[in-house]
Amino acid sequence: MSLNHIDMLLCSMANYLNQHIKTLNRDDVLMLGIHTGGVWVAKRLHSLLNLPQPLGKLNIAFYRDDFSRIGLHPHVKPSTLPIEVDNRHIILVDDVLHTGRTIRAAFNEIFDYGRPKNVTLATLVERNGRELPIQPDVIGCSLSLEAGKTIKLCGPDPLSLEIRTVHE
Amino acid sequence: MNNIQLDQQGRLKHFLGIEGLERTLLIDILNTAASFLSIDAKAVKKAPILRGKTIVNLFFEPSTRTRTTFELAAKRLSADVLNFNVDTSSASKGETIIDMLHNLEAMHCDMFVVRHNACGAAHFMAQHVSPHIHIINAGDGEHEHPTQAMLDMYTIRQYKGECAPLRVAIVGDILHSRVARSDIHALRTLGASEVRVVGPKTLIPKGVEALGVKVFNNLKSGLHEVDVIIMLRLQRERMQGALLPSAHEYFQYYGLTEEVLKVAHPDAIVMHPGPINRGVEIDSTVADGERSVILPQVSNGIAVRMAVMAMILGVVIPEQKEVH
Repeated sequence: MSLNHIDMLLCSMANYLNQHIKTLNRDDVLMLGIHTGGVWVAKRLHSLLNLPQPLGKLNIAFYRDDFSRIGLHPHVKPSTLPIEVDNRHIILVDDVLHTGRTIRAAFNEIFDYGRPKNVTLATLVERNGRELPIQPDVIGCSLSLEAGKTIKLCGPDPLSLEIRTVHE
Repeated sequence: MNNIQLDQQGRLKHFLGIEGLERTLLIDILNTAASFLSIDAKAVKKAPILRGKTIVNLFFEPSTRTRTTFELAAKRLSADVLNFNVDTSSASKGETIIDMLHNLEAMHCDMFVVRHNACGAAHFMAQHVSPHIHIINAGDGEHEHPTQAMLDMYTIRQYKGECAPLRVAIVGDILHSRVARSDIHALRTLGASEVRVVGPKTLIPKGVEALGVKVFNNLKSGLHEVDVIIMLRLQRERMQGALLPSAHEYFQYYGLTEEVLKVAHPDAIVMHPGPINRGVEIDSTVADGERSVILPQVSNGIAVRMAVMAMILGVVIPEQKEVH
């Protein structure tokens, strides 16, 4: 997929999100990107939507469910939430939705900061392989990949998507 | 010598002492601790990393700060914590340490945080526990206190920046101080440009120069142009024999006052592992002054202990696996 293609996907996501945000109090909308690729996508969406509140960044490392197996990365960047999450309309942004485990972990991280009014999930790519009942509200594109393949967002500038073979 | 601390992949299995550990491992501890500081910003100051693990604080010597910060660190990582005060335990009824450990193991504990007045106690326990049990040394006699050294290194990095070419002076009762030994090893490993020990001859161990430090018996000469001052408490409970005339006289010669502090670098920070004895090794105006980072040391102690526990009970990997 080319850079131009990603820009189109982002515009399409921004259009959908704009329709959604029109139904909300714009000042209460808080966009959160998940480290690292989700933040790259969120930065672009945040700019396209011209949201009044600053962008927040989530790091879900402490909530990964595979800690006992793969351990902790020594350079966990902290989550930065610029405003209180209580009663906010959260737009949670990630690059790829695959198993759903990252989003599950992100919910835990968000709820450690407070109780949002609601959460909308936007991902650039939605692919097959869900292991938890988590579905996106807004997507850039949907893909079906065979087992052993993964799709990765490379960035931050320019953004590009690469399909890779995973070696277990 | 400290290989027992590492597993076959060179990862931390026990944390018994700084001596013999590589610089990269110490840096990993500091970086991981930095990650955990962010938990303080959350309404729920917890991470579920050690959920289901049981950590036993096994203290054969009294401690307030160290035991409390280990307990808080474990609880912030969602571990279950058991405080085992040996005064009130069966040790006073004649049970050996090994029997006590095996009993605690039978209760499915995962980690022991040990403080003991005998040098090598934590090391001895690490040799005798089952392979899945981990030991952290929270102070063994006059030998090492590695988590205190790491929180000192964290505090120095926080105020003085990474890899700064620093002059550091450790002042006071070096002879009885496990903190001094661990700090010296950590400072040397992390590349401080000069490490000094300052104190009366009776409280400086013979041959300490072999650790790569410079010895000063005069306080003002020892503090001249230093960037970091680590004050130590007089450990009178460990003193056997007449090592000092009186606390009052000690303060006259080795007490850190505003006046003495003037010889250090203008931006020098003052540290102390606590508990502080005001008017013995440090004047109140310095302890409470703007150069003092004694209380930030305590806060950093929690993050550093979280880091060590998380690194031991999990593993640290170079890159995060891609799972979306």
